Amino acid sequence: MGVEQKLGDMGVVTTTLEKAVGWARSNAVWPLLFGLACCAIEMMSTEAPRYDMSRFGMELMRASPRQSDLMIVAGRVSRKMAPVLRNLYDQMPEPKWVIAMGDCASCGGVFNNYAIVQGVDEIVPVDVYIAGCPPRPETLIDGIIKLHEKIKAEPLSKWQ
Amino acid sequence: MSDLINIPDGLVSKTDVFRGEVTLNVTRENVIALLTHLRDEQKFDMLTDETCVDYHPREPRFGILYQLYSVSRNTRVRVKMMLSEHDAVAPSATGLWKNANWMEREVYDLFGIHYEGHPDMRRILLPNDYVGHPLRKEIPVAVEENQFSFNRERVDAGKIYVTE
Repeated sequence: MGVEQKLGDMGVVTTTLEKAVGWARSNAVWPLLFGLACCAIEMMSTEAPRYDMSRFGMELMRASPRQSDLMIVAGRVSRKMAPVLRNLYDQMPEPKWVIAMGDCASCGGVFNNYAIVQGVDEIVPVDVYIAGCPPRPETLIDGIIKLHEKIKAEPLSKWQ
Repeated sequence: MSDLINIPDGLVSKTDVFRGEVTLNVTRENVIALLTHLRDEQKFDMLTDETCVDYHPREPRFGILYQLYSVSRNTRVRVKMMLSEHDAVAPSATGLWKNANWMEREVYDLFGIHYEGHPDMRRILLPNDYVGHPLRKEIPVAVEENQFSFNRERVDAGKIYVTE
């Protein structure tokens, strides 16, 4: 209802601002170039031609937190690394998302000891958790698609 | 192997030989003199490792180990010193080998052994605000209880992990 009925078929697609912004955000997520352990190998493989994350507009990994809006925590976070990770997160501009990739980032994994943070959600808010040790690239892509759905469904009231 | 290492009388309290590995047990008073003798007279010029073992609940509790290697003789020797929990202070070997610096900081970090005469006695691996020395035996190995079918409800309820 609206402009297309008044002006006839102009080949114009109408939508809400919410949906348009959600679509734009979800299709150009720039991840932070940031790997902590063996999960980073799978993340690199996901980036590389065989699995090709550029299909989702994510081929551009930024080495600076100020230019990225997704942090993929790929690996175990040691207690000494935790303030560094939080610092990187704080430097990322809004809107920003976090994927906890693998068991270690999600819950500590096999490293149930004094040196490792028991889940990165102790220090940063996590949007998607991905199980696996390490998760295969398909699993990471599945998590990324889940995140895309989440970004697309984000209502106007949640925008910052 | 043990006859290759001639130690002046009174320095070593006991010599153990196990499958060709020589361990020289020494008291805290004599350890620096023994290490100096081994380095200067016996050509044990390399400190391969300096570390600590917690023998809790045995007393004296901590065993400080020095693994020495002689490049020219291709021989190894271990020097072992026992320390009590209430007096866990060791003389620093940084005057003999420079690389003892970081190894002693590591022992201090993880076991809480203080080294007298060390130039830079602070933590090396853990964050500076870390409380405690985690490789001591009274510290639990796990920080979170693993959830199985027999303790599912208790872990979900968030009960604190009890080790003993």
